[in-house]
Amino acid sequence: MSEQLQSDFDKLVKTSKFSNEEIQFKKNFLNNFIKKGFPNRKQEDWKFLDISQIIKKNISNLSCFNDYSQSNKIDPSIFIDGLEHNKIIFINGRIEKIDFNFEDQNKIEIIDETKKDISFDYENSLIDLNSAFTDKVFKILIKKNYSLKKPLIIYHSINNEIKSTNINLRLDFELGENSCLKLIDYFSNNTAKNFINIFYNFNLEKDSILKNYKIDKFINNNLKYSFNNIEQDNNSVSETFILSAGSDYFKNEINCNLNGEYSSAFINGIFSLKENQQHEIRTTINHLVENTKSYQLIKSVLGKNTKSAYQGRIFVNSKAQKTDGYQLSKAILLDETSEFNAKPELEIYADDVKCSHGSASGSLDENSIFYLMSRGLNYQQSKELLINGFLMDVVEKITDLEIKNLITNIIGLKQ
Amino acid sequence: MDTREKDIEKLKDYKYGFTTDIENIKAPKGLNEDVIKFISNIKKEPKWMLDFRLKAFERLKLLKEPNWQKPKYPKIDYQDLYYYSAPKSMKDKPKSLDELDPKLLETYKKLGIPLQEQARLNGIAVDAVFDSVSVATTFKGELTKHGIIFCSMSEAIQKHPDLVKKYLGTVIPVTDHFFATLNSAVFTDGSFVYIPEGVKCPMELSTYFRINASETGQFERTLIIADKGSYVSYLEGCTAPMRDENQLHAANVELIALDDAEIKYSTVQNWYPGDENGKGGIYNFVTKRGLCKGKNSKISWTQVETGSAITWKYPSCILKGDNSIGEFYSIAITNNHQKADTGTKMIHLGKNTKSKIISKGISAGFSDMTYRGLVDINSKAKNSSNYTQCDSLLMGNKCGAHTVPYIKNKNFDSNIAHEATTSKISEEQLHYCQQRGLNAEEAVGLIVNGFCKEVLQQLPMEFAVEAQKLVGISLEGSVG
Repeated sequence: MSEQLQSDFDKLVKTSKFSNEEIQFKKNFLNNFIKKGFPNRKQEDWKFLDISQIIKKNISNLSCFNDYSQSNKIDPSIFIDGLEHNKIIFINGRIEKIDFNFEDQNKIEIIDETKKDISFDYENSLIDLNSAFTDKVFKILIKKNYSLKKPLIIYHSINNEIKSTNINLRLDFELGENSCLKLIDYFSNNTAKNFINIFYNFNLEKDSILKNYKIDKFINNNLKYSFNNIEQDNNSVSETFILSAGSDYFKNEINCNLNGEYSSAFINGIFSLKENQQHEIRTTINHLVENTKSYQLIKSVLGKNTKSAYQGRIFVNSKAQKTDGYQLSKAILLDETSEFNAKPELEIYADDVKCSHGSASGSLDENSIFYLMSRGLNYQQSKELLINGFLMDVVEKITDLEIKNLITNIIGLKQ
Repeated sequence: MDTREKDIEKLKDYKYGFTTDIENIKAPKGLNEDVIKFISNIKKEPKWMLDFRLKAFERLKLLKEPNWQKPKYPKIDYQDLYYYSAPKSMKDKPKSLDELDPKLLETYKKLGIPLQEQARLNGIAVDAVFDSVSVATTFKGELTKHGIIFCSMSEAIQKHPDLVKKYLGTVIPVTDHFFATLNSAVFTDGSFVYIPEGVKCPMELSTYFRINASETGQFERTLIIADKGSYVSYLEGCTAPMRDENQLHAANVELIALDDAEIKYSTVQNWYPGDENGKGGIYNFVTKRGLCKGKNSKISWTQVETGSAITWKYPSCILKGDNSIGEFYSIAITNNHQKADTGTKMIHLGKNTKSKIISKGISAGFSDMTYRGLVDINSKAKNSSNYTQCDSLLMGNKCGAHTVPYIKNKNFDSNIAHEATTSKISEEQLHYCQQRGLNAEEAVGLIVNGFCKEVLQQLPMEFAVEAQKLVGISLEGSVG
């Protein structure tokens, strides 16, 4: 594998416009990745779904090379109608367009950060892979006291020519004091097998608000990995919503450091899996100072031959008194072949805290189905109604009304 | 203060911390084939038993010590341990209690198990294990009447080889993890129980383990077989003297319940936990596993863990028979520098199997406590269910409480519910109790006992009283 990686990297260096310094910087990451390789089930975090096996099984010859010198045509049909929004269009691993038309241009700054090192400790080799092969890294800075008027949608799309390729994206966001960003990640339904590796770094300053919605709805054969690192200062709020339904494999990882007092993090997720899909959400919330709060709700509906996993970890530092942490994961197994795994973990070193987690899994309640059928619905309708209600619970947690309606429509839930 | 007074002073904290001066026979130090042969030879074991040990030893050479647990400990030098230590007077086994070394009887009296009195009074059959060998088993006559076999493991190997051969190593095979395999190779004694078909054991059976000699590891092996339709309740208690060095205790306990049988296994573990600075104490790395082999069988584990420097154990149930039930009730208390990583595994293989886990963890001082549990419902285990509840209580901000459950549901007919909370004793509760005349320590004791009630209720009466007291003692000095 290392030879292939090396030659892909050489090709990348030849075709791109990276400076010598940048290339040297990327090389370090490449060497790290070659040393570590893809994560596998021997590592605790990858115990339930082993990505090295999954990649081996699905993609025979993974290439990491992307030609960043050619620009790609933007297909406007992928855009979401009925919601005015800012756009970042990302095609084949290349950011084609950053468009903040609805905003005050003075309040937003885009900075090249290709050479910036990763500011936290990590063991995850996929971050090395990402940093080695990604294109230019941009930081989007939202200045003090500015709230974006319209949400920002990042369109993740891939042309049909691209096959068996590793596509990387890294973006950094800095939210200045008292600013607000609503960010939607929208994944298109490209069907070829590719491995997509996304890494976002958020820095939330005092009183800022981040809302991130990840929408992977349309059935596609991609394997995706997404990692969000969120640093939060005093009084900041982060809200993450994950709809995990479309890809063959999708792992969402969220690492959230509550560094400032009165900061809070909310994570809500839906797994709605059809045949042969394997999805996972892994969260780590680090409560590092007093008076912080976190809330997580994850619900799964699992069809034939599917597997979902939820690993949630709440860490409470000994200084972090008055922490409030909550985790709940629920799953409905619809078929004999579906499987649900959970590892809700609490690691607590402070005594004045309120932390709890719950997890429940099972099949649809036959009594409820009977109740609905006795009122005139057929079996299928009753089932759908119950699932609808089960998932609606999570969607209700979305605090932005406009986006909530959009997501309800995308999922096809009835209110 | 002269040494005697100092000793007495020390004993206040851990009253089982005395040693008994008894001449010992020890195997040479170290772990090798010769030592295993020595143990096997001194116990006059048949060849198949020696082969079992050697097979385990072969396997052990390939294994590495696991290191995924939360409490880390300094490397153990397995060559620097005595694997066999027995009181000299045991060489020719006494026929009855009257022939026992009076010093041994004295020791057990100090521990609160006067073997002779017990034989007459409270009707619990006791098997006492001192270092490596079982020293006395009481109530034999009564038990034999019912056809119950309750004796030391060595005796069972001699007298009931068929039973031992048939069941030993079926739940914990020699190919298991490091400590279990180590035990298979060098185990010295333990208890053996066989309850014949349809017999309800008329009394509680009990074992008392004591580590006396220094630099010894205790490796006992317990095997309990409940034949069709039988019932047995088994108690286990443990103590050790206070020493500055860490001592290893790696026992294996195998339970087998056949059709309609029920085994209730209760432990009050009070090994020496080390002093308040975390020096010394027992490493309690025990493998306990029960197999519900037959239909409608039931295995229930109850444990009160207050001792040991490090506790690392997961009493498990393999629910193989249809309609079988597994239960796990646990209180784990850590204080000072104690560390515990404990929990259970419920593996559902048969149809309509049910399991229940209630775990209460209390940590105080500088201690660290982890609940780690696995609930695995196999795809063939139709209509099974599990309920798990694990609560932790923290006292002070220098200790830690962690919950790491693994939940695997592969069957859509089955339900798993899991709940966990972590909190501290609220000011209001304390205030309320103190207002009514309790001092802070009493108030905490009362609240903690209430917190543990669900588990304490599961213990047999005699044990419940002891356990309740232990809960109080273990937390002494942690308030304020």
